[in-house]
Amino acid sequence: MAKSKSLGPDTMGTRFYKWLDERLALSTMAGFLSKKTVPQHKHSHWYYWGGITLTFLIVQFITGILLLIYYKPGPDAFESVRFITYELEFGWFIRGLHHWSANLMLLALFIHMFSVFFMRAYRRPREFGWWTGVLLLLITLGFAFSGYLLPFDELSYFATKIGLDVAESLPLIGPALAAIARGGTDVTYLTIQRFFTLHIIVLPLIILGILTIHLVLILKHGNASPPSEEAKPKNKRKEIKFFWDFFVKDITMWLLALNFLILVTILFPPQLGSPADPLAPAPEGIHPEWYFMSQYQFLKIFGNILPGAIGEFISIGLMACALLLWAIVPLIDNTGKAGKRAKAATYIGLLSIVILVVLTAWAYLAI
Amino acid sequence: MPDKTKKTVSTDPGNREDKVNVTRRKFIRAGMGAAGVAYAAALGYPVYRYLADPAEKAAAQAAETEKELVGADTLPQGSAMIFRFGGQPALLIHHEDGSWVSFSAVCTHLACTVEFQKKEKRIHCACHGGTYDMYTGKNISGPPPKPLTPFKVEVLDGKVKIARA
Repeated sequence: MAKSKSLGPDTMGTRFYKWLDERLALSTMAGFLSKKTVPQHKHSHWYYWGGITLTFLIVQFITGILLLIYYKPGPDAFESVRFITYELEFGWFIRGLHHWSANLMLLALFIHMFSVFFMRAYRRPREFGWWTGVLLLLITLGFAFSGYLLPFDELSYFATKIGLDVAESLPLIGPALAAIARGGTDVTYLTIQRFFTLHIIVLPLIILGILTIHLVLILKHGNASPPSEEAKPKNKRKEIKFFWDFFVKDITMWLLALNFLILVTILFPPQLGSPADPLAPAPEGIHPEWYFMSQYQFLKIFGNILPGAIGEFISIGLMACALLLWAIVPLIDNTGKAGKRAKAATYIGLLSIVILVVLTAWAYLAI
Repeated sequence: MPDKTKKTVSTDPGNREDKVNVTRRKFIRAGMGAAGVAYAAALGYPVYRYLADPAEKAAAQAAETEKELVGADTLPQGSAMIFRFGGQPALLIHHEDGSWVSFSAVCTHLACTVEFQKKEKRIHCACHGGTYDMYTGKNISGPPPKPLTPFKVEVLDGKVKIARA
């Protein structure tokens, strides 16, 4: 065998690498990745939030698989979660990680989304990055809603009942949609089986597909610089190498996120309420998780102004319009420079934050 | 990798610094590696306990050395029953001649559950055709490497007591 010029005689390791490289084009990929750079400026710290979101998603996958080993969808759902939480060694910990990682993933996702928004990273050519991101947000909320039912305690029962009731108020498709989701006239173990299928197979497949596109697009286009950086001449802009300079920082953030998750889980392990009872009245002060609070408050306000199905329909319609507006921001702010359109996008972003914060705070104060 | 031995004999002060750096880098690398292993172990332990817990509880349950089979004393002559003993299936046979025997029903070959065959006068494993003597549990033919584990049988009024020998 020919001897390598730079490394001296071929060792087992270099020979094995060559063997793999010839078949898997490792050095081509390594060459591509070694050229990747990340812009370095005073807003660079926002770049970590996508990776943090991904870290929590990976935790979701791992702890989800572990929970699957003991969880029983159907009539035994509550009992199996009770067993995991209170009897199994470290069951509380695995379930706690899954619970808190879901919450933190949504939080990181929101931070990531708004930082991307205000850095105008949705601008040409990154529109599809934005659109796949909006889809990832919706899928994540789908995960949150479907996973919430699975312990089948009082709270999850009513949360699902309310959520499906909202869906039912949609004209034409609403009743059919709710009936299909419920699998009956009430939320029963048949509903659990459906939500379970959605939660562990359908949504994971979809999220993996869309996430792959999202990540490939980031590899293709790289991190966007905010307009203040773009305005600088090329030789004034700083960059660092993705490998290993940025990656090491990225990993540090992942570990910090992971440590924070573990800390929260140990300090506040999630509990289990009483088993779901369709004949029991809804508990006082029942309310959704924080990420659904703004929508909940919006529905409540509209329900007071316009009681009945019409109010529900209009509020759902308005929320759908807001979401659509959020999604088409890259088409509104499409000139790539400052101006009326860019300003409009800024107002949309600021208004969204104000509405979300005010409604959420209002909802908590009204409990 | 720079050659370390060459650097130690070099008189160039820059090189001496290099040597220090290499050692420090090695030290930090080893430290990071150790911290990484410790972190992984700290996360791996709860996962291991989470997965191993039921198996250990089952093993603790399986440690039973005695069992009473209520009503088994009425088992007709020339017939057998399977019951769970120490987490595994076991066989109780009431022979035609009135004698009682009990064995582990787990084939010593590859752990299939064996069956008492009255007509053939043997204990048989359907998986790979192993046969055992129906009185002693001794392996007679086929792949089983050793006899079935025998248990002590005590027939009392209204029940049969099984115990590990």
